[in-house]
Amino acid sequence: MSVMKRVSMIFRAKANRALDRMEDPRETLDYSYQRQLEMLTQVRRGVADVATSRKRVELQMNTLRQNQNRLEGQAKQALGAGREDLAREALSRKAALGSQLADLENQYQSLQADEEKLTVASQRLQAKVEAFRMQKETIKATYTAAEAQSRIGEAVSGISEEMGDVGMAVQRAQDKTAQMQARAGAIDELMASGALDDMTGTPRDDIQAELDSMRSGPNIELELQRLKGEIGAAPTQAIEGGGTPAADGTAAPAAAEQPQAGDGA
Amino acid sequence: MIVRILGEGQLQLDDSASAELNALDAALEQAVNSGDEPAFRAALAALLDRVRALGTALPADTLEPSDSILPRADADLGEVRSMLTDEGYIPG
Repeated sequence: MSVMKRVSMIFRAKANRALDRMEDPRETLDYSYQRQLEMLTQVRRGVADVATSRKRVELQMNTLRQNQNRLEGQAKQALGAGREDLAREALSRKAALGSQLADLENQYQSLQADEEKLTVASQRLQAKVEAFRMQKETIKATYTAAEAQSRIGEAVSGISEEMGDVGMAVQRAQDKTAQMQARAGAIDELMASGALDDMTGTPRDDIQAELDSMRSGPNIELELQRLKGEIGAAPTQAIEGGGTPAADGTAAPAAAEQPQAGDGA
Repeated sequence: MIVRILGEGQLQLDDSASAELNALDAALEQAVNSGDEPAFRAALAALLDRVRALGTALPADTLEPSDSILPRADADLGEVRSMLTDEGYIPG
């Protein structure tokens, strides 16, 4: 039998089971209406879940883009300093982030499409539920139980079909959102653990450290020259002991801190 | 006649379209039975395209049941198979 007919028969069987459940067909109206309201709530929750998931992916994309810009800046800086090797390293890390970003962009678009579809589905269901409510009141007010039977059957199968359709869409969106949440959680965890930092170079950025040390390198040399000069000019002061080692002791940590200070900026 | 494309809504079509749609539907059925995924994709897309081209959307607040129901455009072969065999697949 054809696909079209089989699918619609399955939907119809579902609606008929709902109709058979009640002794008084008018009870079916109230029961069905309750189910419709529940389904509406479920669809709206589905839309909200997808939106939350989409926003989370968006935040991660922003972070990755910032890191890419930073790596690009570092590559320029390295090239300016004649360090092509360092520039190459920065650019290759930028490229690695690019593939992650492309993956997130796909997720984002897919979530956005789901959100739009579910929103339309929820509006359609809302319109049908409202139509059903009005028909329900008319049937209850005007018809006896026996007469109501066929009218109720029509209304219930029409909306039950919509509910089945929307129900499947919500189910799929929820499954997908759960999957994406798990993936997003994994990326967040990686970012928090610092595993991605080594690649993007956030807190302990070795490329930045090297660039900074290149910049501060000449300064340290000058500083050393100045200190040597001071010691040479006043040899007697060296007898006061602590002086020379202390000067060395302070100069070393200061030099070591410099890259970190530049990194934080 | 009224045709629903799952995930898209209901369309009203002239009864004269049924011969053409039945032929496309038969091709789809054959692809589902043979388990040929590319053929299935092509057959589903062809059928849905024709329904969309020939039909006009029903207003959202109609409560009329559809005469035929079609899988959503991005359904895969496995899903359509389980739809046809497992009634529990459809919630509501």
